[in-house]
Amino acid sequence: MPVVADRRQPAGAAAEPVRPVLMKGNEAMAEAAIQAGCDAYFGYPITPQAELLEWMARRMPDLGRVFVQAESELAAINMGLGAAATGARVMVSSSSPGISLMAEAMSYMAGSEVPVVLINVMRGGPGLGSIGPSQADYFQATKGHGHGDYRVPVLAPSSIAEAVELVPEAFVLAERYRTPVMILADGVMGQVMEPVVPTFRMPPHEPGGWELTGADGRPSRVLRSLHLRPEDLEAHNRTLQAKYATLAEREVRWAGEDLDDAEIAIVAYGTAARVARTAVERAREQGMRVGVFRPISLWPFPSRELAEIAPRLRAILVVELSAGQLIEDVRLAVEGHAPVYFHGRTGGMVPTPGEVLDALRTAWATTTAVAARSLAEVDARDEPDPLSLIEQGAWVALGWPGAAPEFDEELDPIQLIYR
Amino acid sequence: MTMTIDTRRRIYRRPALLTDRPTHYCPGCGHGIIHRLVAELLGEMALGARTIGVASVGCSVFAYDYLDIDFVESPHGRAAAVATGVRRARPDAFVFTYQGDGDLAAIGTAEIVHAAARGERFTAVFVNNGIYGMTGGQMAPTTLLGQRTTSSPMGREAGLAGYPIRITEMLALLPGVAYAARGSVADPRAIGRTKAMLRRAFETQLPGGGFSIVEVLSTCPVGWGMTPTEAMEHLAMNVVKTYPLGVLVDRLAANKAAIAGGAGTAGSTAGEA
Repeated sequence: MPVVADRRQPAGAAAEPVRPVLMKGNEAMAEAAIQAGCDAYFGYPITPQAELLEWMARRMPDLGRVFVQAESELAAINMGLGAAATGARVMVSSSSPGISLMAEAMSYMAGSEVPVVLINVMRGGPGLGSIGPSQADYFQATKGHGHGDYRVPVLAPSSIAEAVELVPEAFVLAERYRTPVMILADGVMGQVMEPVVPTFRMPPHEPGGWELTGADGRPSRVLRSLHLRPEDLEAHNRTLQAKYATLAEREVRWAGEDLDDAEIAIVAYGTAARVARTAVERAREQGMRVGVFRPISLWPFPSRELAEIAPRLRAILVVELSAGQLIEDVRLAVEGHAPVYFHGRTGGMVPTPGEVLDALRTAWATTTAVAARSLAEVDARDEPDPLSLIEQGAWVALGWPGAAPEFDEELDPIQLIYR
Repeated sequence: MTMTIDTRRRIYRRPALLTDRPTHYCPGCGHGIIHRLVAELLGEMALGARTIGVASVGCSVFAYDYLDIDFVESPHGRAAAVATGVRRARPDAFVFTYQGDGDLAAIGTAEIVHAAARGERFTAVFVNNGIYGMTGGQMAPTTLLGQRTTSSPMGREAGLAGYPIRITEMLALLPGVAYAARGSVADPRAIGRTKAMLRRAFETQLPGGGFSIVEVLSTCPVGWGMTPTEAMEHLAMNVVKTYPLGVLVDRLAANKAAIAGGAGTAGSTAGEA
């Protein structure tokens, strides 16, 4: 299901066309939250998401809303838990190492069904890692952060404009399902500036009848994740799992580009999908029919949708800013109906379109005897012999790691951003 | 004709905000007394309908089963952060945490210090029984020197496990702390004083005074390896030597006194304690 934005003109600007403004990802996401009716924000400084905190520090107090710079990410997310427990619309943000500290509270919020939106602007890891962009927290985001049987919806923007749409969407999911929701962005999404049409969306915020407001004329309420009797906890877990099943059924989001005639699909999200798009354009110029399958909800993962197209593909190429995490969900989804190749960079490095193109050519050249026809077509266009690329680029087909190929520095997004 | 005048007066009843159910606490545990004090005060001060409590992790996590008010459960040690979120989102609410010494003075040290430093307008009811009761009686940061626990079987030795933390004294240094005091449940007189401290702490929160904390020295007969009576005697005779009772700071009173003594503005002394 594609995201349908309920765009509204700001009051008093109905007739005038709204001109796009150039906004930094972190600031655009912060402003999108403000415009979406975020009542309270809690954070702690960490690169590359610090501008989000700073934007909130400037804006929220002026609006009479809550901003607290916490003493730690532990405290920030638990302040979020407390504020959200009263029914406030709450956002918290951090980057990878800080998200690890928030993992505990994510488990508690899932257990006690407290809706909070958490943004992770991912950086390189493990450990303190680097401050460059990364997608190495895919496992953490989609397979659980803390302990226990729970799931958290994860939305991954691939442009600043999309991030602005996904922030209110995250509040909607959080409140509809009484669950924490994560927006999984990466350092590029946080730092890059792109045009944004400043029409924001404010979803309605109805009380759900569970909020803690003081037991004034009604029975007292308790938000808890502790259920000491195993029978009680299992019953609670069944309720949670039923909720996750509904989420998985109804809240899958993805986007496809050039998939209709594609023989190879690149599966990528976030910044990797942006690089993939450029590579696809070049591949098509060279006669390779390639498209992009871009999951927007990383959980629930669009498994069914990917499985539907897999049998008519000769290969899938997964591109990530990690050593290979998304690829596991891709393999589970396609169940062997298409060979799955991988190209990834880690540590804050971003794959270039040239690298992805090389990986595509390798996948194109090495897949199936049926490909001979297509190979002949490529050869007919006077392209270099694809088989020689296998020699050079065998590491790509085998996956991470290997000798880094040469690439065009001009096209390396991180060079552009951090120059 | 003789008239009978009923001179009986009801002097004891279950507070309305204390639920009518047996507690899970061990015989001789102080939590029951402290729960009762909180329930009495919330009732007497008519705060129940706008109170949001924050339950912490430890024996007292089940406070929400016994106090008939809205409650949110916090992860271990994070109660002061959760209370900060509750307070900031609902400025009109009455907010308190109910935390043990493991929760507040070990795993939650950062949260309580910074909530106090920010002067967050909530009250920490800090129950110090010097031991991790719920997990079977391990050494806490507040365990007395020489005290035997399951994780200090030869008695707490400073060279190995450091010294007991007087965290309420540490917090009292911070300007954001409007009121800090230490009471006990050792005997009815001490309980009465503790109730007065809790009342003052609650009053401090109401007009925007800042952070308030009342440390209540309590017992854990099972964890201490004593009978309930021995535990109360130990509390009254020994524990108070490490943790002296009394009011550590009352800045609201000091501020009011300063205002009253200075400009003498009309109304500035209203509600003077």
